[in-house]
Amino acid sequence: MDKASLPPDIAAMAFEDALTALEEIVRQLEGGRIRLEEAVAAYERGVALKRHCESRLQEARGKVERITTDGQIGTTLVEGEAVTEPVPCEKK
Amino acid sequence: MVPISNLSEYSVTELSFALKRTVEEAFGLVRVRGEISGFKRHSSGHCYLRLKDEQAVLEAVIWKNVAMRLGITPEEGLEVVVSGRITTYPGRSNYQILIDSMAVAGQGALLKLLEERRRRLAAEGLFNEDRKKKLPFLPEVIGVITSPTGAVIRDILHRLNDRFPRRVLLWPVAVQGEGAATQIAAAITGFNQLSPGGKVPRPDVLIVARGGGSLEDLWPFNEEVVVRAAAASVVPLIAAVGHETDTTLIDFAADRRAPTPTAAAEMAVPVRLDLLAQVERYGGRLTAAMARTLKEGAVRVEGLTRGLPDPSRLIEERALRLDDRAERLMQAVRVLVERRAAELARCFSRLPHPREHLAARAHAFERLAGDLRHAMATVLAGRTSQWERLAPRVQAMPLLRTLAREQRDVGLLAERLQGAVHRLGAARADALDRLGRLLENYSYASVLRRGFALVRDEAGHVVESATAAVPATVWTVTFHDGRVPVRVDSSARSRNRDLRQGRLF
Repeated sequence: MDKASLPPDIAAMAFEDALTALEEIVRQLEGGRIRLEEAVAAYERGVALKRHCESRLQEARGKVERITTDGQIGTTLVEGEAVTEPVPCEKK
Repeated sequence: MVPISNLSEYSVTELSFALKRTVEEAFGLVRVRGEISGFKRHSSGHCYLRLKDEQAVLEAVIWKNVAMRLGITPEEGLEVVVSGRITTYPGRSNYQILIDSMAVAGQGALLKLLEERRRRLAAEGLFNEDRKKKLPFLPEVIGVITSPTGAVIRDILHRLNDRFPRRVLLWPVAVQGEGAATQIAAAITGFNQLSPGGKVPRPDVLIVARGGGSLEDLWPFNEEVVVRAAAASVVPLIAAVGHETDTTLIDFAADRRAPTPTAAAEMAVPVRLDLLAQVERYGGRLTAAMARTLKEGAVRVEGLTRGLPDPSRLIEERALRLDDRAERLMQAVRVLVERRAAELARCFSRLPHPREHLAARAHAFERLAGDLRHAMATVLAGRTSQWERLAPRVQAMPLLRTLAREQRDVGLLAERLQGAVHRLGAARADALDRLGRLLENYSYASVLRRGFALVRDEAGHVVESATAAVPATVWTVTFHDGRVPVRVDSSARSRNRDLRQGRLF
């Protein structure tokens, strides 16, 4: 499943909110006081939240731009040491 | 009256300019320490102020071009050491110092100024805790305001890269000296004026950073314009100025204070690998919890299923009970019929034969008839003796008439008696006949015709119970069409008992 198939409300979530929601679902399921149908729905939502979190973590790509203020504000890419290389994500 | 003197006479102008020359030659370059008082910045850009100490006051001027590169902002009460030259203003009989440079007179004075400024801005509420904004958990764009060269920006970028590479917008500024405060304030304001998500997007968090330095080096970060810009920033701002022990006023106005630029980078972003691990952990717990939930459900279903009775066994049980009832019903019917048959046989055995009954009645009839005859003879004899006693005393004729009448009466009575006896006999015979027929209908013979047999022992008594079976006795079995003598088997008693017990169950 790619990102497009995520529920829209999850796709629009900030990383922190998604992580918090995921944690809440995990606690709920681990608590065991949940009806089976709700558990299945919660599980599916948890999987979607996890995927969303992962995709947000994969998007880690560093780029450094320098602000220029001649006339209007623009940027120039900073080359050299300051430019960061994306760190490959180790995936299980 | 003016006394005559040989002193040369000056015009005011001559004297004033003579003084001016003298003063400027004698005090062409001086350093003066004093406290700033009555500072005014003219619209022309020139600044006017007074330096004073306990006993004297010195007028001072900072020309516009000097004021622009002064490094510090003159401020009321600030003790400074200025250098410049003394000049006079002949038009007003005035002397003053034209300042070339100005430095704060020692750290004590600077700290005093800092403290006073801090109090003033704090009183305005610029440093209030409720103004502090929460840093975003994971910013997409980070704005950094610092020198484009040097270790600070390198440290920040390195640490960001280690933790969570992000898009960084660097706004290069001078971080010390002339014009630094203005540039820093403009950068903070400039970042805030960008629109989120634009081509040059507004950063989600700002870092204002500078390496360590002297109090004077860090002074731009104490300037009011910088502090106000930081306090007004909509974007959460991290201040990382100097070393941990250094405190500048921007630290109070910022949302977070970092002890070093590297620490600022750590505050700005979380560690990506930690987050990945955390998400993975949650994923694992999610799956495990779901699996456990399903398993518990399955166990419960299994447990409940075990509690359900097996329908086929239910049916079997019912079938067994039905069979049992049917069996007992059949047995009950058989027992009932047998009991009734036995009762009937018992009643029958006690029933006297119609002939005996008839004979008894005939005998009673005979006795009654005899009694009657005897009575008649007695009455007749009585009447005869009475007649013989009375005869001599009666006339023959009336007696004959009476006799004749009496004879007639006797004849009539005899006839009636005979008729009555006859009718009585006939009625009894009828009744007897009817009873006889009825008896015939109820006779055990009809039972015998239905397949039952009547058993009698040697004495002719009806055998009602199997317990009466004494081995080797001879019984007569009566069927509807005849009698058969039988001999009881020698093992009859025990077998009968077995048989009967077998029937009970």
